[in-house]
Amino acid sequence: MPATTLYRKLVDSHTVERLDADNVLLYADLHIMNEYTSPQAFAGLAQRGLRVRRPRQQLGVVDHVIPTRPVPIAARTIDIAPAARQAANFAANCAEQGIKLFDVRDPMQGIEHVVAPELGLIRPGMVVLCGDSHTTTYGALGALGFGIGTSEVEHVLATQTLVYRVAKDMRIQVDGRLPLGTTSKDLILHIIAKIGAQGARGYAVEYVGEAITALSAEARMTLCNMTVEAGARAALIAPDAITSDYVCERICDMDDAALAAARAAWRQLRTDASARFDAEHRFDASEVAPYVTWGTSPDQALPVDGTVPPLSDAAGDIERATWHKALDYIGLAPGTPIEGIPIDRVFIGSCTNARIEDLREAARVVWGRKVAPGVRAMVVPGSGLVRDQAEREGIAQVLVEAGFEWRQPGCSMCLAMNDDVLAPGERCASTTNRNFEGRQGRGSRTHLMSPAMAAAAAIAGRIVDIRKESRA
Amino acid sequence: MQKFVRKAGLVAPMDRANVDTDLIIPKQFLKSIKRSGFGPNLFDELRYLDEGFPGQDCSQRPKNPDFVLNQPRYQGASVLLARANFGCGSSREHAPWALEDFGFRVVIAPSFADIFFNNAFKNGLLLITLSDEKVDQLFAELYAQEGYRLDIDLANQVINTPSGESIAFEVDAFRKYCLENGLDDIGITLEQADAIRTFEARHRASQPWLFRG
Repeated sequence: MPATTLYRKLVDSHTVERLDADNVLLYADLHIMNEYTSPQAFAGLAQRGLRVRRPRQQLGVVDHVIPTRPVPIAARTIDIAPAARQAANFAANCAEQGIKLFDVRDPMQGIEHVVAPELGLIRPGMVVLCGDSHTTTYGALGALGFGIGTSEVEHVLATQTLVYRVAKDMRIQVDGRLPLGTTSKDLILHIIAKIGAQGARGYAVEYVGEAITALSAEARMTLCNMTVEAGARAALIAPDAITSDYVCERICDMDDAALAAARAAWRQLRTDASARFDAEHRFDASEVAPYVTWGTSPDQALPVDGTVPPLSDAAGDIERATWHKALDYIGLAPGTPIEGIPIDRVFIGSCTNARIEDLREAARVVWGRKVAPGVRAMVVPGSGLVRDQAEREGIAQVLVEAGFEWRQPGCSMCLAMNDDVLAPGERCASTTNRNFEGRQGRGSRTHLMSPAMAAAAAIAGRIVDIRKESRA
Repeated sequence: MQKFVRKAGLVAPMDRANVDTDLIIPKQFLKSIKRSGFGPNLFDELRYLDEGFPGQDCSQRPKNPDFVLNQPRYQGASVLLARANFGCGSSREHAPWALEDFGFRVVIAPSFADIFFNNAFKNGLLLITLSDEKVDQLFAELYAQEGYRLDIDLANQVINTPSGESIAFEVDAFRKYCLENGLDDIGITLEQADAIRTFEARHRASQPWLFRG
């Protein structure tokens, strides 16, 4: 056997057949759906007179359009008619095909990429597909996950497979340890800023190194989740004891013998020592600072003690024009220090940063303090289970006493498909993954950062350097 | 999926890098359960001066005169010339649906985001990757000449420019076959049902933990 990367092992173990030099027919162990990228796929399936081939290998979660108003779960409704229609259509499709659905009033509803791992449904060695680009999250648990389009959703529903063009292999090694005050969110913003929004386009990225293995399972999810913002087709971290413990604590359908067999198999899921990568990057974690985006692309990010770059720093005319548009949109002048930029809103949430560890970080920064006057700050937990746990731990109370809105789970203002939307010109410190034009509302201005940095911004009313706080 | 038909198409420019799918089709238009009707909201936030919402009569909305697709010389364009990393961001297939519903059949750029790339071909939208230099050259020619058209010859994999230059391009053989014949790959994969069943049985036996009990 030639030396092989973890990525290739996962592809090979799921290859039904080779189609040509570039493409394989790839088997999906699990397929997750949401209400907005699946309806046309179900309709297409019905038009062909087909049924879902493997209903038990599907999971449905209503997350993108659901309101997050803090009403009791049993009273949750979707009031916007097209969104309600979409959710009802989804529920009908899942019911008709025998697919497990976490619907609007389910206490375990949440963001799909938070719900699936916390229920032990994502396991090392899996191929997991979903009509959502942030499916790369699952690489944190040693599963090959990636986003697909609606036509591909239909293909998976019909065949449990996908026509898949194999990616190239990239290794990103991160040595050292992350400094105090920084998180895996800062690490991924640092990496994207260095390699660019298409720096990993066409690649499956495997993360290795001391800084990576030191991360918790949830911190790894943040890292792999946002690797898609560098254009990556997948992100992977070889499973270790942290992974196995996280997964085994959550699996409820396997006995001890089966779990032991699984753990033994997971230990084999690693890149062979002499395997070759098509591209390699190396970073030093000690150089990572709290990062904040200044523009309208996730690679337009800087350490918080930096200043908005002059247009003369752009690499060529196209980048200069792109920066010019970005600065015009975001309303910042070159030379402006990032620290001190006043903010109107704070959003703590999304599949990137709405897990329990993220909320603990935010609570640690804000306890005993108040959100600055004039700032509206909200926390949207990643799932019903995260919400319950935060309430049990007292985190919710800390956040509420500080003046944060404590809301029901959903994708919410990460993409503003529900009614959580910024007004034109509003500036938001956000723990989400995309600072695109209009992403959080028409004319919205988004600054991506870690939960601790967003929480500190809420208290100060402006972007601050968490390292200067006693609670870094 | 409609077949790709060779035709000299009017070209419009989208002269910025990293055009994301939120920009191509904003989220408020994603609450449809249909595949069609997204064209009037393509690039909505750039194209109109007011805020758009689903179900509006877009012909009555104030247009942004500075936006390129609103300019008279680009009306009827079917080829979009773009910059690097076109289609980055969300996996929403509504982006190619909107481009196609608007009338685009071809997008030319130095690079495309991967999920968008797959989605486009599944909908008969041909994406052509050219070098930065070639794309720069086409932008220069396009800006210099009103009514600039490109003849996209998929069968021979060449773009013919008005000056008589032929630019070769690469396209995956399977994708080309599907485009030329208006086929999608579900029908093709369904013919592999036996192979999938055989694989599945072996896979489940060797790694039972991959399946919910």
